[in-house]
Amino acid sequence: MSTDTVSPSPHAEAEINKSLSNEDKIKFLRDMVRIRRFEQISLKAYQQGKMGGFLHLYIGQESVAVGSISVCGENDHIITAYRDHGHALASGMSMNECMAELFGKATGCSKGKGGSMHFFAPAKRYWGGHGIVGGQTPLGAGIAFALKYQDIKGCCLCYMGDGAVNQGAFHEALNLASLWDLPVIYIIENNGYSMGTSQKRSSAYPEAGLAARAEAYGMDWDVANGEHIYEVRAKTWEAVQRAHEQSRPTILELATYRYYGHSVADANAQKYRTKEEIEKYKNEHDPLNLWRNTLLDEGVITEDLAKEIQQEANEEADASIKFAEDSPFPEDSAMLQDVYWEVDNDTESGKTGRHFF
Amino acid sequence: MRKITYRKALNEALDEELAHDDMVVVIGEEVAEYNGAYKVTEGLWEKWGDKRLIDAPISEAGFIGMGIGASMLGMRPVMELMFFSFAYVAFDQMMNNASSVRYMSGGLINCPIVVRGPANGGTNVGATHSHTPENIFANMPGLKVVSPATAYDAKGLMKTAIRDNDPVFFMENTMLYGMEWEVPENSEIEGGELIIPLGKADIKREGTDISLIAHGRAVITALEAAKILESEHKINAEVVDLRSIRPLDEETILNSVKKTNRSVYIEENKPFCGVGAQISSMIMEKAFDYLDAPVLRITSVDSPAFYSPPVEKRQLPYPEMIVEKALTIC
Repeated sequence: MSTDTVSPSPHAEAEINKSLSNEDKIKFLRDMVRIRRFEQISLKAYQQGKMGGFLHLYIGQESVAVGSISVCGENDHIITAYRDHGHALASGMSMNECMAELFGKATGCSKGKGGSMHFFAPAKRYWGGHGIVGGQTPLGAGIAFALKYQDIKGCCLCYMGDGAVNQGAFHEALNLASLWDLPVIYIIENNGYSMGTSQKRSSAYPEAGLAARAEAYGMDWDVANGEHIYEVRAKTWEAVQRAHEQSRPTILELATYRYYGHSVADANAQKYRTKEEIEKYKNEHDPLNLWRNTLLDEGVITEDLAKEIQQEANEEADASIKFAEDSPFPEDSAMLQDVYWEVDNDTESGKTGRHFF
Repeated sequence: MRKITYRKALNEALDEELAHDDMVVVIGEEVAEYNGAYKVTEGLWEKWGDKRLIDAPISEAGFIGMGIGASMLGMRPVMELMFFSFAYVAFDQMMNNASSVRYMSGGLINCPIVVRGPANGGTNVGATHSHTPENIFANMPGLKVVSPATAYDAKGLMKTAIRDNDPVFFMENTMLYGMEWEVPENSEIEGGELIIPLGKADIKREGTDISLIAHGRAVITALEAAKILESEHKINAEVVDLRSIRPLDEETILNSVKKTNRSVYIEENKPFCGVGAQISSMIMEKAFDYLDAPVLRITSVDSPAFYSPPVEKRQLPYPEMIVEKALTIC
């Protein structure tokens, strides 16, 4: 973590940021506020017992998803791990379909079959939502492979946590990405803790940082402060250009912080970190505050507009709770749907032989 | 009719599907420049080039996962595992991602990937290289598992597997690669190509007294046993080849058992929760009234693969073992 101030970001002058309209900048604030409100409300519903399973909150990290996804074009794809609500909303998914999924309802983005960790929207080039740490990293390489194979100028942003760097699958994916010149960008959202184990206690060679693992594969890498939209956009755009123009992969490590535990079920969230540490991030590094203040300083928004944005997000989130509550649970008949494409589509293959036992 | 090897049949299927669909790529260790560790892909790199035939580093979790990701975007990768035993280092990708991404996305995604390679013991390479995981993968909804016994089936099933829109794990056998069977030229086939649907069993030998039901190389062993049963014991055995394990052709199995009233399942898989366990349960549930004897099973001996060549031979089902077992119920 670096900046302690809200002084103007040098990255505001980056080409990708200079071209931003006021509407764009306001949209980033709106997206971050929406993500936070969505999660605050979902936490409340979780605590009321309205959903099952895990709830991995993204609160504190919003600038990473919103900033990086904002530089994506129509041929750029997103895939992430289980802390996926922020990326889903930043990719354009609606609060309704996401909240309904948390509630396990038939109207959820995955029809209630995936839950918190498994949001999907391929039509928005958002490929999940993956539960096993690091398991999505070869998939990200595969998405990049498919783009390159078809001569499509695009890339895949593959998000992961700092804990995932120690998985073998990740290192295999890095080797393939560099060996085969795949346009994939591994974005390590380094919030300092792999569940309850700090980076110092989990990852060797701390003085080099995590992104430097790219050196072993002859891959470009960069480290940035993930709390500021301008910086996230500038750094991501460099990597996207490298992917588009040179078909080369990048590891981009973005320093960030999660205010809550690994998941809501993380009973020790306040034990492996000091209260002071958490408060310091909330007070001095909150990505929403930083961006809101930047926009106020730039005269892009007024206090009134900021309040209005918050109010709209509150209403949208409340409406999504109502939508989720009013939606039906899936029928039991849904259990055997969406297992096999050929069965679902009633093809000759799907009708031949017994598929379910 | 011409005769070709099981290896050549697979090679023809891959070649034809590379021609049939630009989205088909073949990826695996030594599949391109080396011509395939078992020569299944021989000549394909020379013909199709670097873009379609890709040598992967020894990195199964990485490249199988990469193939799954590419298939999510509509590619049709055919991934070779030099041995299916190596699937175990790619297990998360195969069991979590390939099998479940469709379900977890509520049907928004599908993975038209084929993972193929030899899944057999019997070649004196010890436990690590002799796994037969067809039961393990068939246990996972979302996956399809195929295990052809002949060159004809290998070709027809491979072409279908590549065109299928679900993940198909295609389990071959190194001991069959060099064996020859009749496989027609495309010009001799109505429709111009050999296509065998998944989920269709095949009666490899008609009989009336007992059903020897099997998959993979055990089908060949069962055919040899059937000859002995006939010549030495006047028992006319029917041999049913599943070909495809999931989806499963229950009807053909049940019809055979209803006709012969006796059955033995033979496989090179291990016994505990093996494919034969599933089939036996199904027969008892659905053909109980037709049975004149208990449903029996023959599997590999329940221990890891033995290295010592003469011992390993006796660890896997062999014809005399089948004959002996069959005689207990005939």
